Amino acid sequence: MPPRPALLRTLKGPLVEGNPVTVQILGICSALAVTTSLDTAVTMAVSLTVVLVLSAAVVSLIRRHIPNAIRLIVQIVIVASMVIVIDQILQAWFFEISLRLSVFVGLITTNCIVLGRTESFARQNPPLPAMVDALGNGLGYSAVLIVIGAIRELFGAGTLFGLTVLPLAEEGGWFTPLNLMRLAPSAFFLLGGLVWALRSALPDQAEPPETLPPDVPEGR
Amino acid sequence: MADQTPTNPWKRLLALPNESRGKTLFVAFATALVCTLLVSGATVLLRPIQTANRAAETQLRLEALLSAIPGMTALLSSSESAQLSTVVIDLPEGRAAQEITPETLETALLDTGNWTALSPEQDLAGIGTRPDYAQVYLLRDGAAVKLMVLPIAGAGYNGPIEAMIAINGDMETIAGLTVTGQSETPGLGARIEEAAWQQGFAGTRFRDDRGEMRFAVARGPATTDYEVDGITGATRTSTAVTRMVRFWLGPEGYGPLIDAVKRGEF
Repeated sequence: MPPRPALLRTLKGPLVEGNPVTVQILGICSALAVTTSLDTAVTMAVSLTVVLVLSAAVVSLIRRHIPNAIRLIVQIVIVASMVIVIDQILQAWFFEISLRLSVFVGLITTNCIVLGRTESFARQNPPLPAMVDALGNGLGYSAVLIVIGAIRELFGAGTLFGLTVLPLAEEGGWFTPLNLMRLAPSAFFLLGGLVWALRSALPDQAEPPETLPPDVPEGR
Repeated sequence: MADQTPTNPWKRLLALPNESRGKTLFVAFATALVCTLLVSGATVLLRPIQTANRAAETQLRLEALLSAIPGMTALLSSSESAQLSTVVIDLPEGRAAQEITPETLETALLDTGNWTALSPEQDLAGIGTRPDYAQVYLLRDGAAVKLMVLPIAGAGYNGPIEAMIAINGDMETIAGLTVTGQSETPGLGARIEEAAWQQGFAGTRFRDDRGEMRFAVARGPATTDYEVDGITGATRTSTAVTRMVRFWLGPEGYGPLIDAVKRGEF
């Protein structure tokens, strides 16, 4: 087992430096779909983190016994089962929110982050580091979802967690909600802006350009 | 692990090389078995809570629908004889179903024999097949039907729309509508869930004196007695609601029942 600082590094790595959404651009489908309001974003973030940690633990426990030929199927079956269980729990105890998340909880199964972490990390590491890595990635995903969800709910409806923050013009306040914020494209813009801001602040994250601009002599 | 020769058959199985056929099959079956147990366990254990949630949700919407209708709360609380009853309706016959009760309705609808396929011309709501039985709510004052609440459904822009529509005792005007399920575009089509829009249904006539279906969601503000306001930017959803209401209040939907009530036969 790695010493404690290594565990801490495993946890902190995916938060900003190796964030699965902004650096690896994984799992953005759900990040766009469920961020119209903060409470759905938080529920989705918690669900994904729980699924990710549990799947990483299970895969890591049986990692020495997974035949290479069927490893992806075994992992997906484990992930899918976790997702169904979480979905059932949401429908039983968080019915209101499950109505709004609708199909997206089920789609955690195909979220690239989950399979990505079980395949690349949990399959080679003992349960504890695997779970810590999963938790770190889950929190990294959660952070992005919460930021985008907060911005979209604040400017799209003037509320946070359903509580009025900016009084709406139609109810006597001064704020006119931006309808664009409630539609999918705004999430693209916000995510793009976030990635740009992060890569400007941390230039290490920027990928080298795939093609170089042609060399144009100055003073045409 | 493979150092000592295991005697226990379980350990011998685990010690097999991962790529051997036996081990591959074993891992596949074991994973499937454990996952099956997990999923079925969760589903079976949690189903009662989920069913209760869904029933509570429908009840809540029904109560909200009734309380939004002017004068309805007063009628329900003041009059002793006013009672909301649940009835299963035989749609083609337009009368109460003989053998099916609200408790057995769910089982009956599992039987495809109790569904009628709709031809494309009939299928305004885009639902393909229509159940022959439906559970409706009747509010009677004495013998007269004061209000009828009918569940309706249709294909929306992004997915099915489910709603309940209330018809006044005159069987010509709509008393209210509430949407119980939809997946329209947030901020546009999903505004059909907003109470402000649904209020427009109260007092809207759905057919004229000759009995012709006239109901429509307008493009823009309503201009006639037969229209409700349209939703800007949600033409497809508005059209879906128009078609859905026309279908269910028409001859293939609750039409026979509405006629029967109007004749005072119900």
